[in-house]
Amino acid sequence: MEEPLPAGGAGGDGPCALLPAAALALDGDEDDLELFSKDASLMDMNSLSPTMPTSPLSMINQVKFEDEPDLKDLFITVDDPESHVTTLETFVTYRVATQTSRGEFDASEFAVRRRYQDFLWLKGRLEEAHPTLIVPPLPEKFVVKGMVERFNDSFIETRRRALSTFLTRIADHPTLTFSEDFKVFLTAPDGELSAHKRQGPGLLSKVGQTVRAAALALRGVRGRPAEFEAMSGFLEAFSQKVGLLHKVSQRICKEEREYVDEMKELGPIHALWAELEEDLADTLQGVAGCLDRCCQATERRLRGLAEALLPVVHEYVLYGEMLMGVMKRRDHIQAELESKAEALTYKKADTELLREEVGKLEDKLECANTALRADWERWRQNMRHDLTSAFTATAERNVRYYEQCLATWESFLAAQSDLYAKEPPEDKP
Amino acid sequence: MEQAAPDLERPLQPAPLEPLGHPDAGPEAAVGEEAEGAPDEEDPGDRTMTENNFCLKKIEISVSEAEKRTGRNAMNMQETYTAYLVETRSVEHIDGPSVLTDSLWRRYSEFELLRNYLLVYYPHIVVPPLPEKRAEFVWHKLSADNMDPDFVERRRIGLENFLLRVASHPILCRDKIFYLFLTQEGNWKEIVNETGFQLKADSRLKALNATFRVKNPDKRFTELKHYSDELQSVISHLLRVRARVADRLYGVYKVHGNYGRVFSEWSAIEKEMGDGLQSAGHHMDVYASSIDDILEDEEHYADQLKEYLFYAEALRAVCRKHELMQYDLEMAAQDLASKKQQCEELATGTVRTFSLKGMTTKLFGQETPEQRESRIKVLEEQISEGEQQLKAKNLEGREFVKNAWADIERFKEQKNRDLKEALISYAVMQISMCKKGIQVWTNAKECFSKM
Repeated sequence: MEEPLPAGGAGGDGPCALLPAAALALDGDEDDLELFSKDASLMDMNSLSPTMPTSPLSMINQVKFEDEPDLKDLFITVDDPESHVTTLETFVTYRVATQTSRGEFDASEFAVRRRYQDFLWLKGRLEEAHPTLIVPPLPEKFVVKGMVERFNDSFIETRRRALSTFLTRIADHPTLTFSEDFKVFLTAPDGELSAHKRQGPGLLSKVGQTVRAAALALRGVRGRPAEFEAMSGFLEAFSQKVGLLHKVSQRICKEEREYVDEMKELGPIHALWAELEEDLADTLQGVAGCLDRCCQATERRLRGLAEALLPVVHEYVLYGEMLMGVMKRRDHIQAELESKAEALTYKKADTELLREEVGKLEDKLECANTALRADWERWRQNMRHDLTSAFTATAERNVRYYEQCLATWESFLAAQSDLYAKEPPEDKP
Repeated sequence: MEQAAPDLERPLQPAPLEPLGHPDAGPEAAVGEEAEGAPDEEDPGDRTMTENNFCLKKIEISVSEAEKRTGRNAMNMQETYTAYLVETRSVEHIDGPSVLTDSLWRRYSEFELLRNYLLVYYPHIVVPPLPEKRAEFVWHKLSADNMDPDFVERRRIGLENFLLRVASHPILCRDKIFYLFLTQEGNWKEIVNETGFQLKADSRLKALNATFRVKNPDKRFTELKHYSDELQSVISHLLRVRARVADRLYGVYKVHGNYGRVFSEWSAIEKEMGDGLQSAGHHMDVYASSIDDILEDEEHYADQLKEYLFYAEALRAVCRKHELMQYDLEMAAQDLASKKQQCEELATGTVRTFSLKGMTTKLFGQETPEQRESRIKVLEEQISEGEQQLKAKNLEGREFVKNAWADIERFKEQKNRDLKEALISYAVMQISMCKKGIQVWTNAKECFSKM
């Protein structure tokens, strides 16, 4: 539930000032619109032979993290989206190209085609293997409501970038990067991946896990350590703030879009007027030119906002949700331990096995907590870095935008004053 | 076709204007503060105020206050209106202090009355327009309500501007009714109405789109009318778009205020980022609130454009007046020609033109030679009178064209000066806005980078 944003700056009555969260609500708020209908694990993807890998230089722009740039030995790009139409469904595959110098990889370059579901599978596997590590979030599964074409270009582009970020983050994670599933994902020829997928835990055992998990969830955790309590508290607040930040950023994009659309008319009108006039024509043409240039600058600014700021903020919105899941899983392990430990206190005989189990669970919890603790710190640092640089870049972009517009108008004035100097200046009150 | 009173056709001579302030001083220097240079010597010996060496005494006019009033209107109903304080000051020496000479209250309808009077008595002058009666080209933040204080304030400025324009016009400034408007509060309306100007107004001028089949209009006026139509169209289009752009810009800035709030809340849960977020949030608030001043300035610019939107109408009116005069002239000439022909036919006995008399003659028998003679005589009188009238009309027409064109040239220069200045001031506004933007975002950037 979002709390309404109370009034802030001056000029209170305009609908744009101080919008309650409802007014900020995205028109395209994610509603679940099922995109894929069939169980795609039964489908074979078009097997496309790996294309020539791209040069390392093109991968540099994927590198976002400053931690250990010199030690990076795995570079991944996601590009070349392709639409596939079969009788049962339509889907998009992306080319995933890898460059690595790691020994455990059979070659130094790979290129495979993957679809969204494959990414989803990878994420699931990583979460399963490392329940309390912070696995990066995936872009949303479902199409945003309101889009007419399911796969319009901008949607695919946004998703492509997010998928790329996803893989790069895994590659940069000290633990996840060595995951076998990850390696398979990056390297297995397309047909082989489906086979590898089927090796996962069977459906039945999954069901069993879910039932147990539900039971434990009901029971709840007894004593959550203070540090995780604090973590949880922070997460809740953070999620809310970042959600608002996202909404505000989207709203700004929308307003700027509409501003640009209106502004586009302004220059041409002045040009039209110039045609009517003789003495004024020069000045009017000058103004028309400035308006056109400022309009273009505004478009660039808008693009920057949409391409550089929004995706970052959005990712952290997803992170927020993801992290809640991580906290739950940690709690789950603790709950498991507590339930077993409780059972132990009631048992009189045959405690040997149970004691062993409890011991194992204690270790498990210890590991889980340690892993989470470390990863949390790392995540906090990344978060701080990512959001800071995204906003700094936005501010920088805005400064440049205003500087460009300033230069335009100043040169117009300079040209005018050359002519103006010939006329006696008017006395203005 | 309405018969206009003959004395309307010649340049009117309103009663000579007493010099302001000093009864025994020479011709007044009724030059407003905003005078665009010294008024030209352009009047022929027609005018009773002949001397044009304006003394150095200057007049300052201001509409300094606006006040809400209630009163009873013509139908004895309670109404609320706004009254404006019109103050006139005279300045003894160039840098000397100004002395308040007159101060009275006027309401918008009285300004309208003044203008309508001027329109009738100076048809060859491009009469300065009044600020709009109702708020148009509003964007959401502006109110369309006439009692809204912002609207009243902008109207106050517009009314002052109107008076200054009239005062600085070389011809209009000498008008007695204008002088009385500034100096005599009570009874002024009656005096204006006593001039009977409403009766003299040619109602055809009000019929904006009525066309008259004018065979030989002065081409310059036709082009000018076309220009004024185009100007009106382009300026109103511009104002409409500008209003929409202002609306959108307002939205962009204000939404950033929400960043301010969220940053502030977020800073509460962060340790290292806390301070940076707080200050960044503050800058977002500054950014959001900066738009109010920016757009207020732009509103003044829009008002300057609006003035010329309305001026275009005044320009059109002068062109229409010429058209009407030309039309009347051509009609009179046509009438004269037909009478001459009738006369000729009667004299020679040939009937070429159809006339009722001719028909009745045929039906009821020939007329007597005496009857014919008397008819010829009447016609000859009419012809002679008509010729004189035509001559006079011709003269008036040429006078009108000459005087009107002189004022139009004056107006053109004024327009070019004013609009150029307005456009430049628009550029200055944009520059100021950009500079503010640079400052705010540079500050914000610094805060962000320290987070």
